[in-house]
Amino acid sequence: MKARLLFADRDVDLEQALPWQADALKQDLGLEPLLDAMAAGDDYLRVVSERTLLNGLTDPESILYRQEVLADCLQFPATARELYALAIEALESKQKARFFFFRESPETQLQKSLAMLDLLLDVLRRLRALADREQESFRSPGLRALVETLQRELDDEYLAAVADHLADLRFKRGPLISARLGRANRGRDYVLRKPYDRTFFERISTGGPKTYSFTVPARDENGHQALGELRSRGLARASAAVAQATDHILSFFTMLRAEVGSYVACLNLYERLAERGEPTCFPTPRAATEGAFAARDLYDATLTFFLDDARAVGNDIDADGRKLVLITGANQGGKSTLLRSVGIAQLMLQAGMFVPATEFTASVCGGLFTHFSREEDASMTRGKLDDELSRMSAVAERIEPTSILLCNESFSSTNEREGSEIARQLVRALDESGVRTFFVTHLYDLARSFYAEERDDVLFLRAERGEDGSRPFRLRQAPPLATSYGADSYRRIFGKELTASKQS
Amino acid sequence: MGLTQDVGTADEERPATPRRQAFESILFRSGRPEEANAEQPACFRDLNLDQVVEAVVVGRDEYGLTPFFYLPLRSVEDVAYRHEVFHDLESEDVRRTLKAFGEQMHRVRSFLTLARKQHYAPEKRRWFLDAASGYCSAVVDLTRGLRELEPSSEALRLASEYLDDYVAGESFTSLDADADAVRAGLDEVIYTLRINGSRVSVARYDDQPDFGDEIEDLFERFRQGQVESHRLKVPDRGSMDHVEAQIASLVARLFPREFEALETFCSRHEGFLDRTVTAFDREAQFYLAWADHIERISATGGAFSCPSVSDESKAETVEDAFDLALAAKVGREQGQLVRNGFRLDGDERLLVVTGPNQGGKTTFARMFGQLHYLASLGVPVPARSARLFLADRVFTHFEREEVVGSLRGKLDDELIRIRDLLQEATPRSVVVLNEMFSSATLADALDLGTDILTQLIERGCLGVCVTFIDELSRLGDATVSMVAQVSPDDPAVRTYRVIERPADGRAYAWAIAKKYGLSYDQLRERLAP
Repeated sequence: MKARLLFADRDVDLEQALPWQADALKQDLGLEPLLDAMAAGDDYLRVVSERTLLNGLTDPESILYRQEVLADCLQFPATARELYALAIEALESKQKARFFFFRESPETQLQKSLAMLDLLLDVLRRLRALADREQESFRSPGLRALVETLQRELDDEYLAAVADHLADLRFKRGPLISARLGRANRGRDYVLRKPYDRTFFERISTGGPKTYSFTVPARDENGHQALGELRSRGLARASAAVAQATDHILSFFTMLRAEVGSYVACLNLYERLAERGEPTCFPTPRAATEGAFAARDLYDATLTFFLDDARAVGNDIDADGRKLVLITGANQGGKSTLLRSVGIAQLMLQAGMFVPATEFTASVCGGLFTHFSREEDASMTRGKLDDELSRMSAVAERIEPTSILLCNESFSSTNEREGSEIARQLVRALDESGVRTFFVTHLYDLARSFYAEERDDVLFLRAERGEDGSRPFRLRQAPPLATSYGADSYRRIFGKELTASKQS
Repeated sequence: MGLTQDVGTADEERPATPRRQAFESILFRSGRPEEANAEQPACFRDLNLDQVVEAVVVGRDEYGLTPFFYLPLRSVEDVAYRHEVFHDLESEDVRRTLKAFGEQMHRVRSFLTLARKQHYAPEKRRWFLDAASGYCSAVVDLTRGLRELEPSSEALRLASEYLDDYVAGESFTSLDADADAVRAGLDEVIYTLRINGSRVSVARYDDQPDFGDEIEDLFERFRQGQVESHRLKVPDRGSMDHVEAQIASLVARLFPREFEALETFCSRHEGFLDRTVTAFDREAQFYLAWADHIERISATGGAFSCPSVSDESKAETVEDAFDLALAAKVGREQGQLVRNGFRLDGDERLLVVTGPNQGGKTTFARMFGQLHYLASLGVPVPARSARLFLADRVFTHFEREEVVGSLRGKLDDELIRIRDLLQEATPRSVVVLNEMFSSATLADALDLGTDILTQLIERGCLGVCVTFIDELSRLGDATVSMVAQVSPDDPAVRTYRVIERPADGRAYAWAIAKKYGLSYDQLRERLAP
């Protein structure tokens, strides 16, 4: 019994490690608020969200498979949540049925397993009812297959058989145990036997095998102890098997919770964005070889949670076939925000999610990497440039020709001339190797030298300032300019004009 | 140290004999400031002074010394008051005496804690008595020690005089005598227990012989040589249980005189600790903590000295100084400690540091800030010799990580912090600027940097500015250009020496990039499929 909602042909790997760059992505792209929105206070969903978002898919077909399941979930949110709740309820049976014993015996083990199985059977019945009810609702192959599986595997006959067995394991007339003679004619190989379903009348009338009986006196403590031991030997194998059965059922629900949980997390985020009036769309995934990247109204989905009323400003990017995107321009002009929105959209696309944009078409990438300028290394052993270079070197160790690299003010810790030179060699090497690079930079020297080459496979975006010096957070396709509008910032903060240095 | 005591002047109101201050503190010459308001100064994190203080006070949590590091001194005289004590501490005997007192007082406090925390009266009272005895001998030892050592600092001399008076006073002598008498009485008590099944009997001891001895004697003849002890350790939960408590109450009934004396002692001497003595105990730890830290760091080759501190002259000379936080790390990792110096004469106010990245510029700037802050604490500073201005505050400006959710850009954020700094800095302030405006273009950073430094110079602030913009080191008479050096043989090797010379604009970042395999050729090879 499988719940293959995340992959058409396999289960989700619950043990899959996050990629090497996961921490850097979380920090640089500011993913925490996004993951929080997906989790909506559910610690388990937080873990699922991280795995879903950061362990993305790399072929368009499997992405589309998830998109279809997600579309069903967006259409029937209550049903998706009901499925998730059932999985949780089933898993909680473990806690509910927890008895406390000083020493576990086969007897107590069996009682615990039976209590759990009662609860699990009830959940299975309701799962089946849900499948019957929603038989016609879903369009996605993933959910249709799940419904079909549930109806087939949990049919009436099967559910009734489970109920019967649970009743029999209560031993209304005591357990039936077989044994063989061992050394000194003592019993061995004790096995619990299931009695035939015979009515009282049948037993009387057909007679059956001849039976002798004896009684251990109430005051004979030792005798009662011996009987208890026999009973335990008899139940040992059977009760272990019952315990195993509960494990099997629980593992199914563990899988179901993980698979459905991914979609519930997406649903949570979708609703949060919709509440804020932010648009979303299902993106079109393309093969890595196509070099596609085009977005309309692409915005930073995490930033939106920090804004009171205003919508996050969206950007249009047409970078189809352009491996290198150089982003320059005004301070506070939305460059970092754009970079984060690119990274987040790419992650969401490859996770099979909707994206924060009105249109988005992009090639899948073999790994998303970031290189953001960071605070000085507190351990003092390395200078800042050293730290930057060391981090970049670690990225270079793992990056692939189909990867995407997002650079934010990389190499700004050294002076402009040298920072530009280091960056120029890096970008050129990445570009020629096939890596797609989005580079936010103040290094005018770097930007200008690429612009001078007049290549049509390089896209230049610039953060603009409005007529009044105000910043619209919207970037346009434009060549790099030599100033970062420091004078504007100075005027706004010091309330006076900055006089240009005689030396500049 | 220019701290000779006042003698009579023409002023009739003043006594003709040396003024006898009401002694209060060996740390604060003119009254103890309010510690409750002491907050960690903003510069601590940037200068790594938080790490320094953490390392200095390590193992001394119980004294709560940290606030002392948040209370810089305002006058040259206050600084001298502490310097004198540090000079006294150079004597091994003085240090040993103060340390011994600290250890004795530590025991006293732990006994008092037990006296407070435990449940049963017979136990509580005994802890209290032992605390009082320990206190008396601690005070007597310290008093005798200081009298014999004849310290030269005003602080320790005043403390010694105070202790002489205190020890001779009635409250102390009666405490000491009572404690001795009660202890002697309790030491004489001997009793027996008889445990019969669940029954326990308690009695006065009646000279019964030692069964163990008897047994040993009895079997001595079989002895062939040393044998294993076989004695097992009985775990002790550390406090009296109800059975022991019941026994003790019976023993008390058997020995009423001794136990009544104990009870009387406890009520009569409640609150026996003297406030000035306990304050001395704590404040002495400030000196000892710093002296211990100096000793640790000295092992790495760094020398300390009491700086000559002025509140008038901004001319400074510093030789062989080092970053104290880094020195602790160097010590741990067996590295090489780098020392640097600087000089500010005449109108010179700002050290402008340029040179290769990772060349020790930031460390130099931290060192500059640390020296000034530490000088205002009245402690020996990490430098072979130093002449320093007594700053009212040390301001720092270090780069901050960009915060998602901050709707301000990085440059705005920086400008706002610098504006705030300029609003608070006075002509007596010291400013440490590390890599301003690195997010701006070269041209903007030059204009902005020139403007900010000019404002600081006009105000008269002392400071250091780390930058990659050579032009900032040539703003006029007030700036002194310092350059971090590289090895003449290999530009990738830094010497971490920062010396006075014109900025030469060569930052050698390139060599480092190669070191990390990030040149074009290296990358093409690394990225090859």
